[in-house]
Amino acid sequence: MNKQKKSSKTLVNFMLGIICFVWLIPAVGLLVSSFRYRESIDSTGWWTEFPHREYQTFITYQLPEDVNLRESIKIEGVEYDDLAIRDGIVREDGSKIVWESRKARLIGVQKKRWSFLPELTFDNYKAVLIGQKYEYTNSAGEISTVQGENLSQAFLNSLAVTIPATVIPVMIAAFAAYVFAWMKFPGRRLLFIIVVATLVVPLQLALIPLTKDYVKLQLNGTFLSMWLAHTGFGLPLAIYLLHNYISTLPRDILESAFIDGASHFTIFLRLIMPLSVPALASFAIFQFLWVWNDYLVSLVFLGASAGKQVLTVQLANLVGSRGQNWYFLASGAFISMALPLLVFFSLQRYFVRGLTAGSVKG
Amino acid sequence: MGQNQKTVKPASNYPIRLFKGILMAVALGGFLYWGFFFLRDSELPKVFTTMFAIVWGVGGMTMIYVVMNWLAENLLPTNLRHRVLPYVFLLPAMLLLLWFLVIPTLRTLVMSFSNKNNTEFIGFANYIAVFTERLMLEAFRNNLLWIMIGTTACIVFGLLVAVLADRSSFENIAKAIIFMPMAISFVGAGVIWKFVFLYEPAGEVQRGLLNAIWVGLGGQPQAWLQMIQPWNNLFLIMVAVWIQTGYAMVIFSSAIKSVPEEILEAARIDGATEIQAFFRITIPVIKNTIITVTTTIVIFMLKIFDVVIIMTGGQYGTEVIATQFYRQFFTNRNQGYGAAISIVLLIAVLPVMIYNLREFGKQETFR
Repeated sequence: MNKQKKSSKTLVNFMLGIICFVWLIPAVGLLVSSFRYRESIDSTGWWTEFPHREYQTFITYQLPEDVNLRESIKIEGVEYDDLAIRDGIVREDGSKIVWESRKARLIGVQKKRWSFLPELTFDNYKAVLIGQKYEYTNSAGEISTVQGENLSQAFLNSLAVTIPATVIPVMIAAFAAYVFAWMKFPGRRLLFIIVVATLVVPLQLALIPLTKDYVKLQLNGTFLSMWLAHTGFGLPLAIYLLHNYISTLPRDILESAFIDGASHFTIFLRLIMPLSVPALASFAIFQFLWVWNDYLVSLVFLGASAGKQVLTVQLANLVGSRGQNWYFLASGAFISMALPLLVFFSLQRYFVRGLTAGSVKG
Repeated sequence: MGQNQKTVKPASNYPIRLFKGILMAVALGGFLYWGFFFLRDSELPKVFTTMFAIVWGVGGMTMIYVVMNWLAENLLPTNLRHRVLPYVFLLPAMLLLLWFLVIPTLRTLVMSFSNKNNTEFIGFANYIAVFTERLMLEAFRNNLLWIMIGTTACIVFGLLVAVLADRSSFENIAKAIIFMPMAISFVGAGVIWKFVFLYEPAGEVQRGLLNAIWVGLGGQPQAWLQMIQPWNNLFLIMVAVWIQTGYAMVIFSSAIKSVPEEILEAARIDGATEIQAFFRITIPVIKNTIITVTTTIVIFMLKIFDVVIIMTGGQYGTEVIATQFYRQFFTNRNQGYGAAISIVLLIAVLPVMIYNLREFGKQETFR
């Protein structure tokens, strides 16, 4: 019985391990690629950076000047012809004869050996972050000048959009949730029905009218337009989640505060906010990830304004303009992922709690 | 909390308080107004503008509440204040909800019956186009594929991982790995998977993982995202499953842990296998959770946009409703048609909205 349990646990671990491996491998592939030299990315798969067996030259022959390359060439007593050497000749002992450089009349004899050392560089990250031309050193040490992409600007734009677009809805929603949970007033039920009804409204519905409003108010292309939009779209879920939490806070604490003569504002700031930190945090993480990763809203409201684009829009533009340049795409993608992954892994607990308490966002 | 000093203040100070209040409101308004133009036209280095934007946005919003509260507490008589204060605190939230969700929905509904520039009423013409045009029909078919295959895959994988993780010796690590794609953008995920599906002509070195494996097994290299329509949609759906399975897994995981161990143990003693116990006990117990998660993922698949735009741009027969919406409204500037497409999205989520409202109606606290 015990033995059977043990073997079934091994099986479970094995299966889960495989699933996890499959889940990770796409991201690992791009991550490894983002640190590879351009020439390597363009010529081989990223997995060649891991230990593998490859042909390495161990003897080099310099052919004398008088050997005619168009006729047969004698190496170690055996005659080969040029065309075959160009394709590489594998001999019986497993070694291989190839041209090291036909121009310099160098022939190499190679053997399969383990290659352990990956060749990695930070240059791709430098390239996407810097806007101007910069000097690029390839794996052979040659220097060339290349035009970079300007993702550092986009990174700052993303920050300028995301931080206020996270804090503002949290603040507004916390006030609203407090009012709904602790104050009695006419219209309370009706107003909350609006909140619940808008929970699943697809934001596409709002884009056309909002574009018109923004053009009229000259808000197009400003950070304010993004904060307002993300606040508006995030509010239903925020109010709903925070109300669920705040309404369960113990009633007697608040009542004793009222008896002491504290105003609603003081109670909200001194009592409700500190007590609601877990709920506030879980919604804030949601909203942060949502805004940082958003593409559609930024594309519509900021996409056309030069210098104001956020990371996702810039990255999508790179896919369009530099679709073949994987050194740009790989490092660009990971620059856009760095901050959300950091936030996610350091605050995972709150995020999960928010999910399990949550509902559907429109 | 201490005594509230404001109520002790003599009423004769009212004109001074009124003056103070007006001053505060004007100062705040001026700061917000000036900040807006400063931010829009600023030529300062990016780092400073970013910092200013954050301070202006977050600080401005805080000040709005502080000033509004001060005005309500100091300028209104006590009994009126108690009646007005809830609305004061609710005002920003309700204004934004109305401006950004409620009113736009109604405006979009009206627009959907009008022509390109909303100058003429054209009845149901847009809706007829939505349900007859070739690309829209393609989009509907694809969205159906997304919803059926994508949702099923997410639920099955989510359940599988939740169950396996529960019994494994590295639960937290496994969950974090499966969950990780939820933290990154769809654009980033699109780039990751585009690299997996990369295609080089036969005879060249395959740098895309899928083709490298495929060729290694003896196949011919395939352009996965372009060939074999409509099955290329499956490769796009794979990306969404990769992203969204983590969500299902997390919710299922906490639901599975709430299944009473005694019932499972009793079933085992009666001779049930683990698989029987799972299908006869665990699944029925967490049925409601499965329904909720399914609904959420169906809505997610219905609105899928970024993944398609990044991977294929909607070409090669991969158009979906949201990309069609974007094309009509943004590229073709056909507002009436775009509006009609988004109303179709709304109709699709309507049952969920009605369900939410009905559940809300049952809540005691709002009676």
